[in-house]
Amino acid sequence: MSMEIRYIEEAHPETGLNNSKLGIWLFLASEVMLFGALFSSYIILRVGSADWPRGAEILSIPMATFNTFALIASSVTMVMSWASLKLNDFGKFRLYMGLTILLAFLFLVVKYFEYTAKFSHGLYPSTNTFLAIYFTITGLHGIHILAGIIVNGYLWGPGSTLWTTKPEMFTNRVEAAGLYWHFVDLVWIFLFPVLYLL
Amino acid sequence: MSAGGGLYLGLRISFQTRRWGTESMSDGHHHEELPFWRKYIFSVDHKVIGIQYAVTSLVFLFFGFCLMMLMRWQLAYPGQPIPFIGGLFSDATAPGGVMLPEYYNQLGAMHGTIMVFLGVVPLSVGGFGNYIMPLQIGAPDMAFPKLNMASYWVYLIGGTIMVLSFFIPEGGAAQSGWTSYPPLSVVAQEGQTWWLLGMLFLIFSSLLGSVNFITTIMHLRAPGMTMMRLPFFVWAQFVTSFLLLLAFPPLQAAATLQFMDRVFATSFFLPTGLVVGGAPAAISGGGNPLLWQHLFWFLAHPEVYVLILPAFGIITEIIANNTRKPLWGYKSMVYAICFLGFMSFVVWAHHMFMTGMGNFMSMFFQTTTMIISIPSVILLTALLISLWGGAIRFTVPMLFALAFLPMFGIGGLTGLPLGLASPDIHLHDTYYVIGHFHYVVAPGTLFALFAGIYYWFPKAVGRHTNVWLGRIHFYGSFVCANLVFMPMFFQGMAGTSRRLYDQTFYTHGAAVQDLTILSSFGAWGLGFFQLFFIVNFFVSMFAGKKVESDNPWDATTLEWATPTPPPHGNFLAPPKCYRGPYEYSVPGMSADFQPQGEV
Amino acid sequence: MDKVYEYGWWLPPDVSVHGHRIDLIINWLHWFMLALFVGWGVFMVYTLIRFRARPGVAADYKGVQTHASSYIEGVVALIEVIFLVGLSIPVWADVKANPPSPSEADVVLRVVGEQFAWNIHYPGADGKFSKTDAALVSQSNPLGLVGGDPDGADDIVTLNQLHFPVGKKVLLNLSSKDVIHSFWLPTMRVKQDAIPGMTVPLWFEAKDTGQFEIACAQLCGLGHYRMKGYFSIDTPDEFAKWLDEQKASAATEDDYY
Ligand code: HEA
Ligand code: HEA
Ligand code: CUA
Ligand SMILES: [Cu+2]
Repeated sequence: MSMEIRYIEEAHPETGLNNSKLGIWLFLASEVMLFGALFSSYIILRVGSADWPRGAEILSIPMATFNTFALIASSVTMVMSWASLKLNDFGKFRLYMGLTILLAFLFLVVKYFEYTAKFSHGLYPSTNTFLAIYFTITGLHGIHILAGIIVNGYLWGPGSTLWTTKPEMFTNRVEAAGLYWHFVDLVWIFLFPVLYLL
Repeated sequence: MSAGGGLYLGLRISFQTRRWGTESMSDGHHHEELPFWRKYIFSVDHKVIGIQYAVTSLVFLFFGFCLMMLMRWQLAYPGQPIPFIGGLFSDATAPGGVMLPEYYNQLGAMHGTIMVFLGVVPLSVGGFGNYIMPLQIGAPDMAFPKLNMASYWVYLIGGTIMVLSFFIPEGGAAQSGWTSYPPLSVVAQEGQTWWLLGMLFLIFSSLLGSVNFITTIMHLRAPGMTMMRLPFFVWAQFVTSFLLLLAFPPLQAAATLQFMDRVFATSFFLPTGLVVGGAPAAISGGGNPLLWQHLFWFLAHPEVYVLILPAFGIITEIIANNTRKPLWGYKSMVYAICFLGFMSFVVWAHHMFMTGMGNFMSMFFQTTTMIISIPSVILLTALLISLWGGAIRFTVPMLFALAFLPMFGIGGLTGLPLGLASPDIHLHDTYYVIGHFHYVVAPGTLFALFAGIYYWFPKAVGRHTNVWLGRIHFYGSFVCANLVFMPMFFQGMAGTSRRLYDQTFYTHGAAVQDLTILSSFGAWGLGFFQLFFIVNFFVSMFAGKKVESDNPWDATTLEWATPTPPPHGNFLAPPKCYRGPYEYSVPGMSADFQPQGEV
Repeated sequence: MDKVYEYGWWLPPDVSVHGHRIDLIINWLHWFMLALFVGWGVFMVYTLIRFRARPGVAADYKGVQTHASSYIEGVVALIEVIFLVGLSIPVWADVKANPPSPSEADVVLRVVGEQFAWNIHYPGADGKFSKTDAALVSQSNPLGLVGGDPDGADDIVTLNQLHFPVGKKVLLNLSSKDVIHSFWLPTMRVKQDAIPGMTVPLWFEAKDTGQFEIACAQLCGLGHYRMKGYFSIDTPDEFAKWLDEQKASAATEDDYY
């Protein structure tokens, strides 16, 4: 057929975005609403509660600080991996993308220790509303990290064959995945002060 | 069960249309052959997916309607065994054919859920939107075909979970209403957990869909197809997609929280000091039941516009085509629908006036509700005025489209007393509300969907539907739908609460029992007249009169410029758009229509 | 003697002081809606007949040229504003928001919903309610009254039986023990959700005596349909007598509080 789906590689003249980038921005808009709703719930529950524990008394700030740096670093390596493709250096892409994935794993491992430390002290989601919202939001965020690992892993591994046939398209995919990854990172940067410090 | 049936039918039909497809494509346009399962089951063609969506959702609609016809028996003749099929029910649902109150509540909650989330939205967005929208903008497919396929399968999983929940041995399906207000929903039986799971899938499916729709409409319009040349149907889908995209995530959040409450014993929606079943509940407390209502209605109000806007889109296409003249006030309609979409995010608490609102809140939400009624008035008025000066053809789709106008009118007008907080004191949670929204969704949206099916059937299948069966379906449905829903206003005015297993328990309810019986007969009559539709649908699919032209209605929009049925890739040559969507009866032209895609 | 009240296909009888203001909005609004519907309906039917397709008659490309519809829409909007600002908002302020303080009210009582009944709690002569504790709730102590609290010594608790005097301001604090219910007195034009964890004040005054039903308007489980109570609007004398009787019968039962 003579017709192809347009704007897979090149940007649409009006929006200045290609399809996948527009798609990912729209998806992120919905994610903003999702986490926005959860943050609003947090505020409403906290305002309405008689006594609300300070996160610092229960949670481990050092671990979370470490995790914050891990995620920020992974955002940096994510940008580097995309930039390497732009510079036509596939080997560097592999390296940086691999690092991104490793840092994400690190984050989850630390999170795992945080969770089990809570459980071993008898602190469960059902213990109080603060822990409930803590486990729910960080759990949901963790699922987002996991999804990011899967996507990035795909781009690192089997998906990267696209580089040889359609390099432009592949670079766009990495960029879209990067936008998602930065968003997940950003959510954590909100979560950290809200849950641990305030 | 019904989901499986829907899938099966969907396959049959897409198989069917594909066969015709290859027939009409024998003029040299040949594709690489895809294996069966890629073509009909895991297809990425928006038209196959659209048909899968449409047929699955029609089956769900029918299923949801059957639940309601059962309930209408209990309402009309409380405590009497259901005739004919009463013996088929288990002791947990209707021992000896007499429906139990908990079963009534299951049917009610699932009727609402199925009709809204598995019936109307998937049909109007997943079905019509998917099939028609890319054709109308001159696109070869959706922007993300694989995502499109995924959204259908996720929808099917969600729907299957919902239906299977009827078979849970402990308590059956969810029974806390489609609104699932906690604490009731949190202390309810297992069915509610399945409901939440099902909802999470359905929400995810419509998120995928809406991203795809918006990207497609923004990026894949044919050259010359500017936003102000879009058929109004596409505008409706565009605004609807934004509503889905932005309103669904809060419900996703809410469903997650309720899931936590039920499965991990948190207390997001459970306040301190809750006493359930005569003993203090073992919970940490500290939650807020109203939080759920805010999150739920933040979705569910935009959701009701998701139900109506695509219907408006369908109606508009059909009215323009059958009056043979341009739409009156296209631009103001576009502005109205955008404004409507925006405003629908700030009226949600009009469902919550009776939760104990102070002056300020009630004032705010009454005012926004009155404001949102104005664009609806503009849309309806523009459509009515469009009739003036036409050369009106009373085709079957047009009959349904015309009936939509006054029916939506009744539903919309009765929204006004509900939108004003003071009269809502009397009307809230009575049958008046049931009457209000059924007028907009049943003889409103459903009629629009029927209109759309009759209108686009020749394009999708390559055969005409039977006109006489269509007319019987229309007149029968029109009379019966009014018989079902008109009495509800009087019932509600008298004070009858909704979701009542037996209204004769109350003096004011017993006084209107005759109306209830009338309404039930209306519902069964409505069911009877659907048989004409079902017969028409299937018989025409295999034996209907073949269409002789690709454009049997003499329409202007681009979907009619494709072969019938459209092949993979849709257009034989890349289409171009030269003018607005409704150039009918242009002075000085010999034909009374000027297609968008012809020079 | 008590009047006989008729129930029919429109609004139920109204024995409240404020109810006629709500009824007025409902009735006027329906006349307005009917006028709009009939107006458009006549236009529509006329148009369909006049502009049906006939051979040789083409449609008019331009259609309606006037802007009459904009004026009509303007008038519709204006009338909505009148209903909103002139009627609904003031009525809400008077009957829903701004409750009287307990000292301004003539009768103060509590109503607590549960699956599937209404617990009604009068403070007795001292005007003070007993303390309550959710942990004490049991079959015999449905409200969890704290035993030995002197404020509770003369409290009266009834099930599904609400009495209040005619012509007096009644202040009622509404809550729920378990799930959300909705306290609905159709003949008093009173409706308010009873939400666990919240206590919402509502108030009303009756203009007539009689016996009526309390309904539950919010789905609250399998017994939602039978969550019916009764309320009786008494003359002040009858009301006082009824309170005495209740106290006497409470005293003869074993004293659990
Ligand atoms: C498609 C769905 C749909 C639509 C379009 C609407 C439209 C409107 N709805 Fe409705 N509504 C629902 C679906 C819908 N609603 C549902 C499902 C519920 C119940 C949920 C539940 O509790 O389970 C509900 C409940 C509901 C409530 C809560 C009631 C309560 O629980 O107490 C309120 C209150 O404000 C309300 C108001 C309105 C208003 C003001 C409009 C306005 O947008 C309407 C504007 C339209 C007009 C004003 C019509 C104009 C008419 C003319 C110009 C005359 C034309 C005449 C001819 C053609 C002859 N609705
Ligand atoms: C889109 C939404 C929608 C639709 C279309 C309907 C349609 C109908 N509804 Fe429903 N209803 C709700 C949404 C909807 N409803 C909701 C949200 C509630 C509240 C639930 C709650 O309390 O929580 C409710 C509640 C509700 C009640 C109140 C119950 C109670 O309070 O106890 C009643 C009572 O009569 C009722 C009746 C009907 C009837 C008779 C129809 C009829 O109009 C149905 C007509 C249906 C058809 C005509 C479908 C025909 C389909 C086919 C023929 C397909 C054929 C198949 C193929 C060709 C493959 N509904
Ligand atoms: Cu209590 Cu319904
Ligand atoms: Cu609404």
